Amino acid sequence: MYAYIVRRILATIPVMGVVAVFVFLLLHLTPGDPATVIAGDYARPEDIVRIREQLGLNDPLYIQFGNWLWRLFQGDMGISIFSNLPVTHLIQQRLEPTIMMALTTIIIAIAIAVPLGVLAAWKQGTWVDRAVMVFAVLGFSVPIFVVAYAMIWGFSIKLKWLPVQGYTPIGEGLIPFLRNIIMPAVALGMVYVALIARITRASVMEVLNEDYIRTARAKGLASTTILIRHALKNAAVPIVTIIGIGIALLIGGVVVTESVFNIPGLGRLTVDAILRRDYPIIQGLILVFSGVYVLVNLLIDISYTFLDPRIRY
Amino acid sequence: MKSRRMNLKSTLSALALAAPLALVAMGNDASAEKVLRVAPHADLKNLDPIWTTAYITRNHGYLVYDTLIALDEKLRPQPQMLEKWEVSDDGLKYTFTLRDGLRWHDGSPVVAEDAVASLNRWAKRDTMGQKLMDFTDSLVASSEKVFVLTLKEPYGLVLDSIGKISSNTPFMMKKEMAETDPFEQVPEVIGSGPFIFDKDAWVPGSKVVYRKNEAYVPRSEPASYAAGGKVVKVDTVEWLYIPDPATTMNALIAGEIDYWETVAPDLVPAMEGDPNIVIDVIDPLGTQGWLRPNHLNPPFDNPKARQALLHMVRQADYLRAIVGDEKLWRECGAYFMCDTPLDTAIGADPLMKQDFEMAKKLLAEAGYNGEKVVLMQPTDIPVLSGASLVTAQLLRQVGVNVEVQAMDWSTLTSRRAEKKPVSEGGWNIFHTYSTGADTSSPISNAGVSAGCEEQAWFGWPCDQMIEDLRDQFSREADPEKQKQIVKKLQTRLFEVVPYVNYGQWFQPAAYRKNLSGVLVSPVPFFWNIEVN
Repeated sequence: MYAYIVRRILATIPVMGVVAVFVFLLLHLTPGDPATVIAGDYARPEDIVRIREQLGLNDPLYIQFGNWLWRLFQGDMGISIFSNLPVTHLIQQRLEPTIMMALTTIIIAIAIAVPLGVLAAWKQGTWVDRAVMVFAVLGFSVPIFVVAYAMIWGFSIKLKWLPVQGYTPIGEGLIPFLRNIIMPAVALGMVYVALIARITRASVMEVLNEDYIRTARAKGLASTTILIRHALKNAAVPIVTIIGIGIALLIGGVVVTESVFNIPGLGRLTVDAILRRDYPIIQGLILVFSGVYVLVNLLIDISYTFLDPRIRY
Repeated sequence: MKSRRMNLKSTLSALALAAPLALVAMGNDASAEKVLRVAPHADLKNLDPIWTTAYITRNHGYLVYDTLIALDEKLRPQPQMLEKWEVSDDGLKYTFTLRDGLRWHDGSPVVAEDAVASLNRWAKRDTMGQKLMDFTDSLVASSEKVFVLTLKEPYGLVLDSIGKISSNTPFMMKKEMAETDPFEQVPEVIGSGPFIFDKDAWVPGSKVVYRKNEAYVPRSEPASYAAGGKVVKVDTVEWLYIPDPATTMNALIAGEIDYWETVAPDLVPAMEGDPNIVIDVIDPLGTQGWLRPNHLNPPFDNPKARQALLHMVRQADYLRAIVGDEKLWRECGAYFMCDTPLDTAIGADPLMKQDFEMAKKLLAEAGYNGEKVVLMQPTDIPVLSGASLVTAQLLRQVGVNVEVQAMDWSTLTSRRAEKKPVSEGGWNIFHTYSTGADTSSPISNAGVSAGCEEQAWFGWPCDQMIEDLRDQFSREADPEKQKQIVKKLQTRLFEVVPYVNYGQWFQPAAYRKNLSGVLVSPVPFFWNIEVN
């Protein structure tokens, strides 16, 4: 098991390497030039050339890549072209809001979606099942920003219960943190709830048709015991898998949610950096995102061994 | 069990008692410090207003730095950090004297050598600064408080240049900072302005904090544009960058921010009914839209094809599409903006009267025969995206085979530098806009520069007569004579058509009624404002 984990961690290095090369090339082959943005609308061509030289953008691509890679090996992701601040500092500043929003979203989504999915499977074909599925379809179909604006209108403008925007670190108090994070997490979690609820329903339904469930019923076990101890536990592998895959959905949704609720997280940092062609930030962020993705997949694979004792690595 | 319940009860009671107390305590904190919370038009990405022309960095500059000279509401230069200036009889020697009480944020006094170094650095990056230095023989500090600028020949815009209100504004920096290569950012923000930048509180992309500079000595005159007394009436100014306009509006309505610098025009009706919000035009000069043809590529390498664009355009079509509310725009033919000292309608008839038949005739005379015309549309800037679509439709109506190429602004700024033919990735038309502070003078208005491929702005107009008239303007100090030169210049501009002005609009700002003393100016200033 430990050997497997070490092997998987080592296997992330070539994956990250491929991501790094791909991202670097993609960025530098995309039209757009940070020097023109810095120089401003009325800059003279010679000013733009001078700025490009200062930024090292006139060097051949392989030299720029080599320099970046060399610094990366030393733990230095570079300096932002625009703010002149280290990329690691900028990412650190934005990491907490994004991580906390993602965690809160996942917790809320799992807390809502798994019981809903189990309930729908248990009450298959009834109005409860249909209501859960209608909710799931809505969760998939209604864009995040619509849910977000509707919640702002209701809870912030009309009821004045929650702030419209902003982020309070958890270190400044749980209540202020929750007041800021609850609406973004629910808005972002809608798709996630729909996805997990559907998969949970399908997995549990499949398990409920198994012989051992019938045996459990025949033995006279309580419904809740059958559902939680026998059905849900055996249906957990696909549910956990979809939670992991959903992290990608989450990363995509974070950009919109952070903009609407004005949360200074990694999503907004990414969009701002792309629009300005702040290459060091984009490169650093893509590495962080891909690293998170690889790590989440590793954790999911490891979790299989606990959920299903038949699985061995 | 009972005792556990009792414990829970007492805890809840204690919390119930503590909560209002905590709220009161928070309220006391809030009233102790007067904070002005502003939603600026953009995120502050960099801190050096000489290194970049970004308006947000210019606005940051006005908070932390100060200027030697500043323009008042009549666009006249007034002393700001200066006590006085004297001009020799032959107009070649300007002697500037700094006023008393000027100190850098690190406590050291401002001296004339700082001013000399700052002007030199600014002049390496700014067009008006470069022009000033072309005429300058020497710029030296003669004492701690006095420096002298000696010209090679008379130049009419010395004071206007040093008092330039918009980017790049000649902000004064400490000599050590001002000696930084102008193509690199200054390593530290040490100004002498009315606010001190709190670097530790800066979260790029989210928040910027400025603290009141207690040591700042404002002038005694009332504030007027960038001139007059910069009297700070709050303890802290916080810039909270909110990228989404609807969220910004909701934050203003909910009282989470006090001032929204640039209201999206389509959201004005949603706020008009709120009794706690004031919607006002803070920049009286407004903004001018530019349709920029490429003078190197056919068909717009021919002046007749560019004149056809004048006849094709109706400003109201653009302004309704991009601004909407008629209170916020006006049709204006003047190249140097309406209601400015250089406002004139001379030569503007073709622009102010739409005539498709004339446009088609001129295109035919220019030899246009259905070739593809590439129009670059920046989809991430709503105003320019909308203007591009209006132009595309109008071009189709006069028989032009237009191809709209959608892209983001960053891509456009790279593409527009291409001088290649359309078949090799070149372009024919893009749109932009310029604020009145930049547009209202023939020298600072980059769009009218006709210095050909070597010197003109993207689109590269080329006309010696325009350049001669701009040069005459810059040498003339008498405002009346300057106006006469501008009339000749504008007549020529409507013949050459370096760009087509698609209208003038006024950007509304919104603030909560608890603010007073908001200044009217082309640049948003945060002194003089009181939070009640």
